Amino acid sequence: MAREKGVVLLDFWVSPFGQRVRIALAEKGVDYEYKEQDLINKSEHLLKSNPVYKKIPVLLRDGKPISESLIIVQYIDEVWSNKAPLLPAEPLARANARFWADFIDKKVYECGTRLWKLVGEEQEAAKKEFIEIFKLLQGELGDRKFFGGETFGFLDLALVPFVAWFYAYETFAKFSMDEECPKIVAWAKRCMERESVSKTLSDPNKVYEFVLFLKKKFGVEY
Amino acid sequence: MEEEKREKGVILLDFWVSPFSQRLKIAMDEKNVEFECIEEDIPNNKSQLLLKSNPVYKKIPVLIHDGKPICESMVILRYIDEVWPHQAPLLPSDPYSRAIASFWADFIDKKVYDLGTKIWMRSGEVQETAKQELLAVMKTLEGELGEKEFFGGDVFGFVDITLVPFYAWFHAYEIFAKFSFEEECPKIVAWAKRCMQRDSVCKALPEPKKVYEYLLDLKATYNLY
Repeated sequence: MAREKGVVLLDFWVSPFGQRVRIALAEKGVDYEYKEQDLINKSEHLLKSNPVYKKIPVLLRDGKPISESLIIVQYIDEVWSNKAPLLPAEPLARANARFWADFIDKKVYECGTRLWKLVGEEQEAAKKEFIEIFKLLQGELGDRKFFGGETFGFLDLALVPFVAWFYAYETFAKFSMDEECPKIVAWAKRCMERESVSKTLSDPNKVYEFVLFLKKKFGVEY
Repeated sequence: MEEEKREKGVILLDFWVSPFSQRLKIAMDEKNVEFECIEEDIPNNKSQLLLKSNPVYKKIPVLIHDGKPICESMVILRYIDEVWPHQAPLLPSDPYSRAIASFWADFIDKKVYDLGTKIWMRSGEVQETAKQELLAVMKTLEGELGEKEFFGGDVFGFVDITLVPFYAWFHAYEIFAKFSFEEECPKIVAWAKRCMQRDSVCKALPEPKKVYEYLLDLKATYNLY
């Protein structure tokens, strides 16, 4: 089979997981072809490239696919190692970054989804949990400029795409991230000063409209 | 605040039946790393050291290296491989192969334990569905293994270590959900037996019978029949 040369990203515009990969590629100055996927009618290309999960993002390099956003980001970091290192060099710092990225992966999206999918008491519980998750992350950030310290890195890019969803979450679950976790909001603004981030993250209003569309689709009151 | 004196060396906060802990014992044995195992009383009497070392999840395993804790078995496995890289490297050296190994290890980590838990904890349709799903997972892994000796090829490595501790749970799953791994996924069983020929693996894994008895005890404690 003739393999398509170069870097191709199968992705969906609003996906925070896809955006992690886009930010990593931008930080490293890697040229790639972006292919927007229809998640309702999944393409043969997507199904063949990620037969296990059938999900985006998938990165293909010379036709060889890699799936799972944090695995893709680490691959990118290893292949284009000469520029903008994403993971720190030292094993303990790397372990710490991986631990918190895994924590984000386990908690943020799932809890965020409950914020718009549920109502009443269940939504209240999800909101409390969401704020707790970000307070823990705020604790980890401390007074540093980025999670990686002085430089923007792996953990920052693992988390920052979810910032575009704050407005939707705040509106549906009635709370304010600025009040609850001001350091996270300040960190997010610093991240947005980077072109790789500001050019990648979705407009919060568009995310809100997308979540509204999902609520209608799932018959959740709005 | 007084800086605590950091204890030198490697400590593993452990629980005898935990497959997550066993991954790390196997890895450190393969690399000839000396470590001290501290058995925790799970779940009712977790030590202060554990609660302090893993405040986020309060779970074992925790590796404490020169006083600094690392949590989450897959994170710890990568750490072990990076700190002791020269003996028995667990991950291949080229980035694409590393990504593929990471993918399969992550797949195993996401799927096997939770499905297995449904098999021993639940009954009826939930159990049956979990069994079918677990067998589908094993068949997918058989496809990835192919005709290779180990998931890494000729060399026992990262994916093998991630999966093999669950071999000690096969016996229990088979009894609770009435099936046979040997019949359903013979290649996985053959692979597991090859792994068990390694000292590091057969020393780390508990006896299947003891795992089954442990689960029977748990079911009685939580009134699950």
